Amino acid sequence: MRKVLAHQLVWPTTALAVLLLVNVIATPTFFDIRMQDGHLYGSLIDILRNGAPVLLVALGMTLVIATRGIDLSVGAVAAISGAVACVYIAGSPEQGAASTAIVACSIALAVCVGLGLWNGFLVSVLGIQPIIATLVLMTAGRGLAMLVTDGQITTVNNDAFKRIGAGFVLTVPLSIVIALGVFCLAALVTRRTALGMLIESVGINPEASRLAGVRSRTIIWTVYVFGAFCAGVAGLMIASNTSAADANSAGLWIELDAILAVVIGGTSLAGGRFSLSGMLVGALFITTLATTIPTIGIPAETNYLFKAVVVIVVCLIQSPKARAALWVRRTAPLAGRATA
Amino acid sequence: MTATTATPGDLSVWDRVRGYSPSSRHLPVLATLALFVGMFGAGGIRYEGFADPQVVLTLFVDNAFLIVLAVGMTFVILTGGIDLSVGSVVALSTMIAASTLEAGWPPAAAMAAVLLAGTALGTLMGLVIHYFDIQPFIATLAGMFLARGLCYLISVDSIPIRDDTFFAIAAHQFTLPGGYFITPTVLVALAAVALAAYVLHRTRFGRTVYAIGGSESSAMLMGLRVARTKVGVYAISGFCAALAGLLFSLYTLSGYSLHALGMELDAIAAVVIGGTLLTGGRGLVVGSMLGVLVLGTIQTFISFDGTLSSWWTKIVIGSLVLVFVVIQRVMTRRQP
Repeated sequence: MRKVLAHQLVWPTTALAVLLLVNVIATPTFFDIRMQDGHLYGSLIDILRNGAPVLLVALGMTLVIATRGIDLSVGAVAAISGAVACVYIAGSPEQGAASTAIVACSIALAVCVGLGLWNGFLVSVLGIQPIIATLVLMTAGRGLAMLVTDGQITTVNNDAFKRIGAGFVLTVPLSIVIALGVFCLAALVTRRTALGMLIESVGINPEASRLAGVRSRTIIWTVYVFGAFCAGVAGLMIASNTSAADANSAGLWIELDAILAVVIGGTSLAGGRFSLSGMLVGALFITTLATTIPTIGIPAETNYLFKAVVVIVVCLIQSPKARAALWVRRTAPLAGRATA
Repeated sequence: MTATTATPGDLSVWDRVRGYSPSSRHLPVLATLALFVGMFGAGGIRYEGFADPQVVLTLFVDNAFLIVLAVGMTFVILTGGIDLSVGSVVALSTMIAASTLEAGWPPAAAMAAVLLAGTALGTLMGLVIHYFDIQPFIATLAGMFLARGLCYLISVDSIPIRDDTFFAIAAHQFTLPGGYFITPTVLVALAAVALAAYVLHRTRFGRTVYAIGGSESSAMLMGLRVARTKVGVYAISGFCAALAGLLFSLYTLSGYSLHALGMELDAIAAVVIGGTLLTGGRGLVVGSMLGVLVLGTIQTFISFDGTLSSWWTKIVIGSLVLVFVVIQRVMTRRQP
């Protein structure tokens, strides 16, 4: 029993289950999934679809955090990605063509990879603290996105582009397929090759890893590029969902949601270990929470309050010091032996 | 680095001026000062009426709350921590002030409630950070969500402030010789800077703040009161955020949940531009004030120009943070 309780996935999964239970009690039809015009619809599908951008961003964030870093710029990168794609489509002669959408997305993702290279350069070559290095792009990034869109909300009319966020493939929303596809790919590459272990070793001690023959600099650089790439895809989804690029509010606070998802999933911010499945549960939890609160009749704005409570509870449960304090109090007679 | 190896009596005044090299502690602040003066000079040459002393005073008037916020942030960053909650606490403070005044509280009680709430929240975060070993980033992130959520709990809409005392303070102006004016909020901000400088450099608490930033474990082994100081800096930051919230509510005369979105980033940027090392242990509170003035000057520049768009503010702030961080990095690498 204790072994089960000690597993890192237990608490996040329990929290998610409780949340789903609350939903079912509030609306008994919550789990219903129906087929309509060959597309799947239902609350669960909505949660997955709304959660796809957060899941993608959190995926990149997990690897960045595993190297003892953090990437605050992902929200701004997502905004830039959407802005670049929409401005390209709006400015091209054939606005509706599928080829335009493909070129636009490629350009946007290339820009994002460039931004990731920039973040990685600041962190791995110049050795600036990750929080600060990415803070630069977080502050300047939204300005850059507005520079691209000229401060306007750029709307586009392109069916192929619209499909990224709102389309379906084989009855399932395309955004879910993309997010899960990237997730599985990342899981495969990190857990079926040595890459995951190397990332963790860099997170534990970059210098020792370097001396042991691990290319820490390249690995750190790579995770930031991957993080920015994921943010770019998420930005395309957000822009495509509304067929518009809003430089100011696209992906706003998504970095915080992503970090939250990673932390809830049991990845320590101190680096050195990461859990992709935990992150998946964390991201689902965050999006389910956002759906639950209006469902049970609480104003959606108080979402923040619940997030705060969740962060604190999850962190306290994971903190060894807090655990020790609680354990001692619960089993007072054994306290002497437990702390000895 | 210091040029005081020879006996000062043998040197002429010119030798002393030529041989003066500022201590490395003051170098970043001097760089910020030079940047501020340089930007202002450039503005004065380019735009008519920019070099007016009133423009400088208006910088203080418009940014009084940000100065107070940056003062609190300086304490936290000097210990090597970070406080992401300050922007939300500013919003919460305006909400508490507006709603208590609406409920008919006397203004003094409303102000006390605001300051108490901010300090309590800061203390709470400090306790969690120190005693449960949770990273400042995460703990204050939770504080940020909590404060924003509490705002919405009070009211989703904007609440206007109609109190006579608040009106009187907001409208009051001190006239200086030459027809220039400042507002009471500027005096509060300057007092906060002076008090913070005193605490940091002349008290045991201040010395411990720098010691923790240098190395927390060393400070602990030296027998310094690490726990009390670490919780204290977050309490100070919370208090400063609440005070800044009061100044902000005087500035806007309303309480609103969406006030001060992202203001914590401005405060952090100001502290960095002011030359405080983000790893802690080095920096001056005066630098943070200069950092705020630099940020304010960028905005003044853009409003004077008229052709530049508002988003250039963000880009320039980001670039300035970058330049300062890279310079800091190079400097700390040279003298480990």
